[in-house]
Amino acid sequence: MASAGKIRLLHKLPTRRLFAKASKNSVSASSVCQQNNQLHTSQPLASLYGGRHTVTFMPGDGVGPELMGHIKEVFRFAGAPVDFEEIDFSSNNSTDADMDNAMLAIKRNGIAIKGNRETNFDTPGFKSRNVQLRTELDLFANVLWCKSIDGVKTRHDNIDIIIIRENTEGEYKNLEHENVSGVVESLKIITADASRRIAKYAFDFATKHGRKKVTAIHKANIMKLGDGLFLKCCKEVSELYPDIQYDSMIVDNCSMQLVSKPQQFDVMVMPNLYGNIISNIGAGLVGGPGVVPGMNVGTDYAVFESGCRNTGKHIAGKNIANPTGMLLAGVDLLVYLGLEQHAGLIQDSVINTISQKEYQTPDLGGQATSTEVVQAIIDDIKFKTQERYGNKYKKSHS
Amino acid sequence: MASVAREILRSSKKLCSYAVRRQLHLQPARAALASSEPVSKPEGHQTVTMVPGDGVGPELMASVREVFTAAGVPVDFEEVFVSEVQPAQSASLETVVESLRRNGVGLKGIIATPSQMSGGILQTLNMQMRNHLDLYANVVLIKSLPGYKTRHNNLDFVIIREQTEGEYSALEHESVPGVVESLKIITRKNSMRIAKFAFDYATKHNRKTVTAVHKANIMKLADGLFLECCRDVAKLYPKIKLETMIIDNCCMQLVSNPHQFDVMVMPNLYGNIVDNLAAGLIGGAGVTPGESYSNNVAIFEPGARHPFAEGLGKNIANPTGILMCAANMLRHMNLSFYAKVVEEAVGKTIKSGKVRTPDMGGYSTNSDLTNMIIRNL
Repeated sequence: MASAGKIRLLHKLPTRRLFAKASKNSVSASSVCQQNNQLHTSQPLASLYGGRHTVTFMPGDGVGPELMGHIKEVFRFAGAPVDFEEIDFSSNNSTDADMDNAMLAIKRNGIAIKGNRETNFDTPGFKSRNVQLRTELDLFANVLWCKSIDGVKTRHDNIDIIIIRENTEGEYKNLEHENVSGVVESLKIITADASRRIAKYAFDFATKHGRKKVTAIHKANIMKLGDGLFLKCCKEVSELYPDIQYDSMIVDNCSMQLVSKPQQFDVMVMPNLYGNIISNIGAGLVGGPGVVPGMNVGTDYAVFESGCRNTGKHIAGKNIANPTGMLLAGVDLLVYLGLEQHAGLIQDSVINTISQKEYQTPDLGGQATSTEVVQAIIDDIKFKTQERYGNKYKKSHS
Repeated sequence: MASVAREILRSSKKLCSYAVRRQLHLQPARAALASSEPVSKPEGHQTVTMVPGDGVGPELMASVREVFTAAGVPVDFEEVFVSEVQPAQSASLETVVESLRRNGVGLKGIIATPSQMSGGILQTLNMQMRNHLDLYANVVLIKSLPGYKTRHNNLDFVIIREQTEGEYSALEHESVPGVVESLKIITRKNSMRIAKFAFDYATKHNRKTVTAVHKANIMKLADGLFLECCRDVAKLYPKIKLETMIIDNCCMQLVSNPHQFDVMVMPNLYGNIVDNLAAGLIGGAGVTPGESYSNNVAIFEPGARHPFAEGLGKNIANPTGILMCAANMLRHMNLSFYAKVVEEAVGKTIKSGKVRTPDMGGYSTNSDLTNMIIRNL
């Protein structure tokens, strides 16, 4: 394939300079989008006033609303200077107008935290709103950090894997059709641009965090052109990072290795669908969907959510959902906002609490309810801050 | 190979855009995240920069201190006195800017600005402070006090003013003798961010309408740009209505039918005038709280800027406004509980109407009112 051999750069120049005249009357989606990009390029922290951030808050379906409530509570006790703009992003609210509203809310704040929304797979015309959100905001990288937590009993110990997944193309392009009856073609799209961008993101991530190895996951032995292109891009990018070891592995073998010898992996980078599967394996290795946070990062926006994107509908309302993953997503959000101290405080308390057997929810084999866990986390936060401020407080007020 | 590498490098400049870079920089390894430094939090003790200002400022700040001590508010003040009319006692601009930057929150009185030029510097101390800290957004809260009757009652609106450019850019010169040019600067960047601030404020406080105030019929380019930016930003907020009004009409509407306003956003000088006009509607400079914001610093100060030097030492200044500023400040610092305590005490005192300072038509002193508020905590 010629285009695969010679890789062209498709990045356009910015379509509009800052001082260019904005379109007066037409309010198309793209003009709004461009407008917003302008806002973000001129001042990236657009919703930061007097040190307080505004974050779009989308509870979603299933256990989403419960878990998101815990985030608010914990943030309040940790004193994080974050305000939430709440947007109903559940399947009850399914018109295009609601979706546009949610989109605009993310665009104006630049950052969001969300519970997952259920995708209806019975109706063929139904597009996943989650996918729509990711593609429209161009959140090209999904990062999942699977790290063993001391005290959480799993089959493997000492796992510390970063799974980086291409988030916008591949099998998720929604290009399916029946050309003759009984024959359906489902198109998987791999582009050099997106592949190189995700590969570069993975290597940069590895560099920043002092990681040693990046493994590209593929199925190029069967999809020689599609996955072949992905692999080729990873290889090219890897040559710019001589200090980081580059490796590749076929996705079936990778799955086997993950469940038998997961410690061999460091940073992993892969196309969309493999990422979906591998991240669920990864999460399963360290304690299941309840303990792993995830983030979706693009050039202008970032959306934080629980790692496995499950709605957990069957346990909704039972007060047994594990709040760890969502709270750690909140920690990631604080780090992204540059509030490392608050993030550190919450993370310490969450990890401390969840590693004690008495504060483990049923998914980790414990008996605790969500609210008990959250209360224990809050108590821990209170204790830490009182310890820090207690003396000073008494001195000046006695 | 080299050409491929070059291409990748070139593309990477684009790819690794702001968000990605930021995220890569800031995401420390999980293990290394252990919190070592204090975090500002509800139970913690936080430090606030206090700039008493000129005139009755120091008296008002004393009231705030008394009320805070009585309410047990966990806030320490770092007092920095700066003044343009008393240069001998004034700390340097660098000191106050550094303190505000470090603490992130300030409570400020009014710094008097002389009308004559001193030392060839056109920028006043206030303006220098704002420019150094980039305090671009000024918010004045116009809310009638229950129990205190003025010509218009039940007012509840917010005035948002751009305060770093416009007529305050301090660009004036005499091009030929007898002819002075004073430049008003309007930039897209600053207009965009103040408009976005106004809409974000409206979203956060559940307000429905934003009114952009301008004079684009005369200054078609400058105020036209401001208006255009407001319209552009409004597209991101479909649930909030944008209205526009010319400044002269706006002033008339404010004194005849002020209830129509919700959130108002405007350039610098108009804001200055409208702030004072609106403060007059609810009882004057003594009862109007205000706030100034940059991205990282928030300063709480009276809404109408009068140092009230003639009241100095007479114990007649009205502490209501500065106490409401202080309450808003506490809310901003996640201390909503204390904010509510202070706010309710002030509200109760005003509502009972027994103790009033001369500006509200009473005969009581500042300390009477402060003591009454403390009793009502």
